[in-house]
Amino acid sequence: MNRARFIPLIVFALIVVAVAWRLAVPRDDRVASKLEGQQLPAFALPPALPGKPGLASADLASGSPRLVNVFASWCVPCAAEAPVLLELKRRGVKIDAIAIRDRPEDVAAFLARYGDPFERIGGDSESRVQIALGSSGVPESFVIDGKGVIRAQHIGPIMEQDISGILAALEAAR
Amino acid sequence: MKRALFALLLIAAPLRADSDLPPARWANEQLPDARQEAAATALMGEIRCLVCQGQSIADSDAEMAGDMRALVRERIARGESPGAVRRWLVERYGAWVSYRPPNEPLSWPLWAAPIALLVAGGWLLRGRFRRRA
Repeated sequence: MNRARFIPLIVFALIVVAVAWRLAVPRDDRVASKLEGQQLPAFALPPALPGKPGLASADLASGSPRLVNVFASWCVPCAAEAPVLLELKRRGVKIDAIAIRDRPEDVAAFLARYGDPFERIGGDSESRVQIALGSSGVPESFVIDGKGVIRAQHIGPIMEQDISGILAALEAAR
Repeated sequence: MKRALFALLLIAAPLRADSDLPPARWANEQLPDARQEAAATALMGEIRCLVCQGQSIADSDAEMAGDMRALVRERIARGESPGAVRRWLVERYGAWVSYRPPNEPLSWPLWAAPIALLVAGGWLLRGRFRRRA
């Protein structure tokens, strides 16, 4: 009976440990796409702005790995990652984009201001392709191999320190 | 200084984090067929919003939730079953996106927890009664 006295204390200690653990290791609330390792869903998006081709799933199975950037002109972190995308392009990465809920003139203004690393930009005005890809926000990027299989997903802006990881993922997709 | 700060506060505008585009057609418009609309509404109440993660897409004002409502209504209107639409979303976002947890070994402890708590409570009570007697 004596030992039972310590049960509340033990329960309390367990609660303290659980709380301390979650404070030290915060929950990761990013939602990763479950399509990694699978074929891209079929889609065909119209051009997001005049003068640049739109983006279809067939364009991405081009024989060599490509990066698909899901972005929007109204998204602040997308502006933050723009210089890094330009740097990736300078290093020979082929980048296409999907513009979410955007107007052609807004996309044009965004590219004029922050630079244009994209070969093709599809306009996804109702987030359909975004949802079909399992993407849950902007910006996100997908590494697609030459056969059109999703090989990696990067959630959030690609920053300076992510360059090596992205290049490695593209190399692995070769 | 305080007054200047206050004036600054008055002209401060929140940072824009949403697009200017109007919501998709079926985001806030009911389907003409009442039975399909009922099926869609029931499903929308059980699909989690990806942006504001505590709400269902039926409750959320986020643009992406609107686009997901449009997607659910369009698929239901096309004749897809609610189960098929849910499976399509789970394929993309995992079981997390559905508020109806799948019955899998990983979640068995969760289902067993109420029973375990009842048993523990009964055991505690038994100790109490025995001491009184």
